[in-house]
Amino acid sequence: MKLFSYFVERPDVIFSLLLEHLQLTGTAVSLAIILGVPLGIAITRYRRFANPTMGIASIFQTIPSIAFFGILIPFMGIGRKPAVLVLFLYALLPIIKNTYTGIRGVSPFMIDAGRGMGMTNMQILRMVELPQALSVIMAGVRVATVINIGTTTIAAYIGAGGLGQLIFTGIQMVRNEMIIAGAVPAALLALLADRVLGYIEYRLTPKGLRKK
Amino acid sequence: MIYFEKVTKEFEAFTAVDNLNLSFNAGELVVLIGPSGCGKTTTLRMINRLIEPTKGVIYINGTDSSKIDPVELRRSIGYVIQQIALFPHMNIAQNIGLVPYLKNWPEEKRKRRVEELLELVGMPASEFYYRYPHELSGGQQQRIGVARALAADPEIILMDEPFGAVDPITREVLQEELIKLQDELHKTIIFVTHDIDEALKLADRIAVMKNGKVLQYDSPEQLLRNPGHGFVEEFIGRNRLLNRPELIRVEDIMIKKPVTIWPERTLTQALEQMRQHKVDSLMVIDRSGKLLGLTTARDVHRNLDDAEKISEIMRANINYVSNDANVSQVLSIMAREQVGYVPVLDKNDKLIGLVTRSSLVNVLGQRI
Repeated sequence: MKLFSYFVERPDVIFSLLLEHLQLTGTAVSLAIILGVPLGIAITRYRRFANPTMGIASIFQTIPSIAFFGILIPFMGIGRKPAVLVLFLYALLPIIKNTYTGIRGVSPFMIDAGRGMGMTNMQILRMVELPQALSVIMAGVRVATVINIGTTTIAAYIGAGGLGQLIFTGIQMVRNEMIIAGAVPAALLALLADRVLGYIEYRLTPKGLRKK
Repeated sequence: MIYFEKVTKEFEAFTAVDNLNLSFNAGELVVLIGPSGCGKTTTLRMINRLIEPTKGVIYINGTDSSKIDPVELRRSIGYVIQQIALFPHMNIAQNIGLVPYLKNWPEEKRKRRVEELLELVGMPASEFYYRYPHELSGGQQQRIGVARALAADPEIILMDEPFGAVDPITREVLQEELIKLQDELHKTIIFVTHDIDEALKLADRIAVMKNGKVLQYDSPEQLLRNPGHGFVEEFIGRNRLLNRPELIRVEDIMIKKPVTIWPERTLTQALEQMRQHKVDSLMVIDRSGKLLGLTTARDVHRNLDDAEKISEIMRANINYVSNDANVSQVLSIMAREQVGYVPVLDKNDKLIGLVTRSSLVNVLGQRI
C-alpha cells in the first residue's frame, strides 16, 4: 500500500491543495458563466456574430493547455492570475455554445405566442427562453467544469497551485505515491462536480420539463 | 371595431396583402379563408402588430393602431395559434394567468379568473389547476389555449388556425364549444382557417382571400348562394350547397312549369291532362295564375262517377311555400302534413313552381 502512503502521511497538504484546485476551477468557470451566458444570448439576437464568436472561442480549445500556460508567462508572469485566465478561456466555448444552442432550440411558436400575448423582449427571454434552455445551458456548464478540473492540474506548471502540484513534484522526484495523491482526488473531484451540477441542473429544470 | 384602410404588406418582392380595405364589427366572428400564401395570416398578425403594414392604416376602436404601444395592444387582444404553444415549464394556472400576470393583476384576482376560465372551458380547476401541458391531450391543450386568450377579458381575439393541429373528432367538439362560448361572450373574433367547412360552421361573415386581396366578404349563406367570383365558387366547392338543405332555395330545385288546370274543367279532361304530361297531380289555378288548390289522380278516379268539375273535388287550403323558402322548410312541411306536393307561390300568390318528393330526391340524391 505504499502507493497510497501519501494520503496517510499528509492529508492536510492534499486537502489544502484540493481547496486551491477547486478555487481555481470555480473562479474560472464562474467567470466563464458570467461572460459566456450573456454572450451566448447576444449571438442568438445578432446571429451574424454567432459563428465568428464561437469560432474564436474554439480556437482557444485547440491550443494545447501546457503551451497556452507557457505563452502567457512573458505577459502575465506565473501564478494564479494567468492560470485563471487560461482556464476561463477554456470554459468559455461549451458555455457559449450551449447557451446559443439552448435558446435557439426554443420553438419559435413559443416565442410567437409570448410576443402575441404582449411580452416584452426581456420577458420573452426571462419567462420563455431561459427556462426552456436552462437544462442545455447547465449541461454546458457541467462539461466546462469537468474538463476544467482536469486542465487545472496542469496550471500547477506555472505555479498556480492545486492538485497538479503534487503530480508535477511526484513526476520530478519519481514518487508515484505523490502522483497518485494528486491524480485520484482530482478525478474524484471531477466526478463529484459532475454529480452536484447534475443535481442542480435537475432542480433548476422547471417541473413541467423534467424527464421522468 | 377593427378597420383596415388601404393596407398593403410587402415582404421584399412578395406582396402578401394588397391594398386591403376590410372592417370587422364588434361581436362578430369573421373567418379569413383562402389558399396558403393568400395573406390571411399576415392580415391577422397585422391586427396585433406582430407584423407592421408597409402602407395603410389599421384602426382599432377608431384609433390608429400604429399609435398604440404594441405591447399594450397585444395584452388587450387574445391570441391563439395552431401550435397551441402552451409554455411547457409553466403549469396550467400559470399559462392561463399569463396575460393577467403581465398586466400586474393581484394574485387573488388572477387565481379567481383562472378558476373561472377553467370552468368555462369545461376543465375543473380542482383537477387541472396544477397540471402541466404535457400531461394534457391535444384537445385539452387547445382548450387551455383558448382560455389563455380569454384571460384578461379582451374584446378582440385572434385565432390562427386554432384547431388545425387536433384530430378531426376533437376539432368538431372544439368548434361546437367555440360556438357556445361566442354565443355567451360575444367577442370580436378574427379566425383564420383554410378549412371551408370550419368557416361555414363558425363564421358570421367570411372573407375569401387570394393573392393578398379579399375576393368576397359575405355571410356563409350568401357565399354559398351567390359566389361572386369563379375562384370563390371553386374554393367552396360547387356541390357544397347540397350538403345543407337550409341553404338550397326551393326556386332552384322546383319544377318550373307545373301542370295546371282550371277549376271549371271536367274530371275526364283532368285525367287526360295527367296522362299527357305523365304526372299524378294537377295544380288548380284561376285565369290570373293564382293557386286555388290541387287535385290528384287518385281523387279524380275516386270521384269520377259523382263529380263533374275539378272545382268540386279539388283540395283547397293546401300548404305552400314562397319562392325564397329553403328546402329544409319544404321537408318539414312534407313530414308534418304528410303531403308529397308543395307548390311554390310568388308574392302575389301566383303559382310559379312545385316541389314534389321526386324532385327532392333528385336534388338530395346528388349529394350521395
